[in-house]
Amino acid sequence: MSHSLVTMSYIVATILFIFSLSGLSNQETARRGNYYGMLGMAIAIIATALSASVTSYTILIVALLIGGAIGARAALKVEMTQMPELVAIMHSLVGMAAVLVGYANFMDTSTNLIGVEKTIHEVEIYVGILIGAVTFSGSVIAFCKLSERISGKPMLLPGRHWLNLSLLIAAVILGYVFLQQTETGGGSLPLWIMTAIALLFGIHMVMAIGGADMPVVVSMLNSYSGWAAAATGFMLSNDLLIVTGALVGSSGAILSYIMCRAMNRNFISVIAGGFGTSGGEAAVVEGEVTPISAEETALLLLDAKSIMIIPGYGMAVAQAQHTVNEITKLLRDKGKKVGFGIHPVAGRMPGHMNVLLAEAKVPYDIVYEMDEINEDWDHVDVSIVIGANDIVNPSALDDPNSPIAGMPVLECWKGETTVVLKRSMASGYAGVGNPLFVLENTRMLFGDANATMQAVLKALKG
Amino acid sequence: MKIGIPKEIHPGEKRVATTPEAAEQIIKLGFSVLVESGAGLNANISDEAYKEVGVEIVDNAKTLWNKADIVMKVRAPEQHSELALNEIDLLPEGGCLISFIWPAQNEQLMQKLAAKKATVLAMDSVPRMSRAQKLDALSSMANIAGYRAVIEAAQHFGRFFTGQITAAGKIPPAKVLVIGAGVAGLAAIGTAKGMGAIVRAFDTRPEVKEQIESMDAEFLMLDFKEEGTGTGGYAKTMSKEFIEAEMALFARQAMEVDIIITTALIPGKPAPKLITEGMVKSMKPGSIIVDLAAEQGGNCALTEKDQVVVKHDVTIIGYTNLPSRLANQSSQLYATNLRHLLTELCPDKNGTINVNMDDEVIRGTTVIKEGKITWPPPPPKLSAAPAPQTEAPAYASVQEQKKSVIPDSVKQFIPLVLGGLALFGIGSVAPESFMTHFTVFVLACFIGYQVIWNVTASLHTPLMSVTNAISGIIVIGALVQVSALDRNIQILAGLAILIASINIVGGFLVTRRMLEMFRK
Repeated sequence: MSHSLVTMSYIVATILFIFSLSGLSNQETARRGNYYGMLGMAIAIIATALSASVTSYTILIVALLIGGAIGARAALKVEMTQMPELVAIMHSLVGMAAVLVGYANFMDTSTNLIGVEKTIHEVEIYVGILIGAVTFSGSVIAFCKLSERISGKPMLLPGRHWLNLSLLIAAVILGYVFLQQTETGGGSLPLWIMTAIALLFGIHMVMAIGGADMPVVVSMLNSYSGWAAAATGFMLSNDLLIVTGALVGSSGAILSYIMCRAMNRNFISVIAGGFGTSGGEAAVVEGEVTPISAEETALLLLDAKSIMIIPGYGMAVAQAQHTVNEITKLLRDKGKKVGFGIHPVAGRMPGHMNVLLAEAKVPYDIVYEMDEINEDWDHVDVSIVIGANDIVNPSALDDPNSPIAGMPVLECWKGETTVVLKRSMASGYAGVGNPLFVLENTRMLFGDANATMQAVLKALKG
Repeated sequence: MKIGIPKEIHPGEKRVATTPEAAEQIIKLGFSVLVESGAGLNANISDEAYKEVGVEIVDNAKTLWNKADIVMKVRAPEQHSELALNEIDLLPEGGCLISFIWPAQNEQLMQKLAAKKATVLAMDSVPRMSRAQKLDALSSMANIAGYRAVIEAAQHFGRFFTGQITAAGKIPPAKVLVIGAGVAGLAAIGTAKGMGAIVRAFDTRPEVKEQIESMDAEFLMLDFKEEGTGTGGYAKTMSKEFIEAEMALFARQAMEVDIIITTALIPGKPAPKLITEGMVKSMKPGSIIVDLAAEQGGNCALTEKDQVVVKHDVTIIGYTNLPSRLANQSSQLYATNLRHLLTELCPDKNGTINVNMDDEVIRGTTVIKEGKITWPPPPPKLSAAPAPQTEAPAYASVQEQKKSVIPDSVKQFIPLVLGGLALFGIGSVAPESFMTHFTVFVLACFIGYQVIWNVTASLHTPLMSVTNAISGIIVIGALVQVSALDRNIQILAGLAILIASINIVGGFLVTRRMLEMFRK
């Protein structure tokens, strides 16, 4: 294939990728968008494989087949509740690939650049490997945290900001040393050290971030994996890689921004780790909770006209989404208005709850975003909070000392009655007491979310 | 332990201290329950209903009082007309009694009970704190009284409550004034409102304004500054000037409204006289006054206790047994209050009670412990109303800390300036070939920015997985390297292809799987 033809194929692939992402703007076009993406990818790979620069196919085809098989297996086997883990581990793969391509490019001496162009090329390799390594180790830690292989609590080393800063300075100095040495054909030692530092930096950065901030981390790593691809594109002077990397990078950046805004957190403070510690003590919640039984909950639901369900990470953990859907169907058949209120940071990654509900076959047109429903709580008779805590915490609005102060929350307490499903009286991830639980119009339904929902379902049928 | 429920002997008292539902729960706590035959008849509860849940029916009061370790009643003990002896005499030495006692008004009764070495818990002395709400019998009875007060008023009132436009002409809605917005007052407001009347309410405690307005009633403001909240969420006696202003307000309202429901009480004092004879005279003929404070002497000067009287063409209702006039409902609530008290007294669910004087709720409720009068209790630590919050200054100080040396107007330009300088720096040294790529990069970032903002929040997870797949495009880099001559490069590139293809296939397939699930 001629060079121009390859470039033309790349342009087509780029356009298809853009279509693919814009297709996700609503559910109807999303499926088509995904196919555009596949098509674009196929065109790009085939065009590259047929181009003049590719001559040996054995390794290529074997690697493609093995990788493809592993990917397909993972995609078909994964539980929807494990989506955050899958996404995180896939980010790490992109990072890893960027590092490998970077090293391969570094070892490749066939390119003959001179002067500034050579320097820029070396810088591109250096930066590409740096971003790739941070993405890789950060995503691995995120994966471990999400799959609870390691604790979700933030690990806060003393002087962690200084540690980060010194790692960064070390990376810059090593970069300078690296450039000096490449003049004479060396440079592999500083590159290795830098890779180690970058890996360390990635680990340290994600270790310091608490479980509730995971949506930000996951989308941030998504962004990094894009930048890593873009850096590789610069390194290889490949516009397709640059464009795609930039698309993915800005996508992740926007998602991180949306997540941060939904938590009213500053992006820097999330990345710096731990919870912002300024301000005084948050008010301690006092009062007594009013428990309710599953049967009483069923009666309450039968009595209500308009019902809003607020799912949180607890629903994912308890795998209660199918039972919730059964209840929803039953109530809708009885002519009740049932809706779902989704907080942007509910769950462990952006859109996590939507996917779970979709998996349970909840129709997506009764699933609402926070902004769509926060005005309407007056008309809600019963709201059911399933395994959520911070996203329904009134102190975010009225207690300026609360760690989550200013975070927009679902104001379910403005409805007639709120039923909160909870395993026991423990605080949420942020370690914040929740005054919602002791409000007069709140009823607590204790127990495993799925078991209690089953009981409610039984009572509704009976 | 055995819990005995005697039949109430006060004339006109129809309530009973337990219902089958409550008894069932009490039995689950490990107690056995005895009920005097016919105790629930006036509240429409038959002996059979009790028997069904495992309650033992006892023929007469004497045996019941004898057998029971704990006696639960509604009214305080009094002279038994049939047996010609006082209920106190029936209580065994060292027995336990739970009922309304009104220790402040009934000193003689207290002495007698103390002499019996009895342990007495008074349902009227439950401290007013949030933990004790579920056993607050005064509140649950007041709620019923408030409801019933409106029903009684409606019975004597010659007109509709709600306004209507009919073919036969226009009917104006009734105007109701509720004085005192405690539990009874709020219940009355709710009931009258539900029947369609225009409701106004007055209270000396300004913090109830919100509650009144939340029930869609109008709060009558008094242009006068004085805090009327006493301890425990009750009202206190107000200054002379305040009362004068208040009376002027009532006088104006009396001419206007059709129904006045008064519920003003100050603990331990006779009820304040709020409606004078002059005001009654000024009311429209056919108007109604329901005086819920009749027991304590009445808020209206013309109220006669337990009577309905018509004076100056105004019907004045002075019933003191309004809860008893809704016997089934009030028995249910009272029985539930008692059951909650027993749950507090018997935390181990072993059927024995432990009068734990360290527990603030039990301490407050217990008026006599084994013959020793423990009333009045030390003042409760918590007021039912929340302490005023001091959040404003705390917030301001947080804000101040955040102020930095650089003014905000300069701050917002810093990133712009830095970005500009960086671009300028790159542009001054970078060769042509880099700049073309850089152009592509920047433009792509903007396209990405525009496209991603349109993605709906519910598709964020598929977005991430599809971008995951797309960032597998890095495979292109590996593809061009895999044909290099160096063996090491081949291996590295091969590995990169393998990894990236996991991403590509996995990402697209899982996205497809997810999107298939989104159904309308």
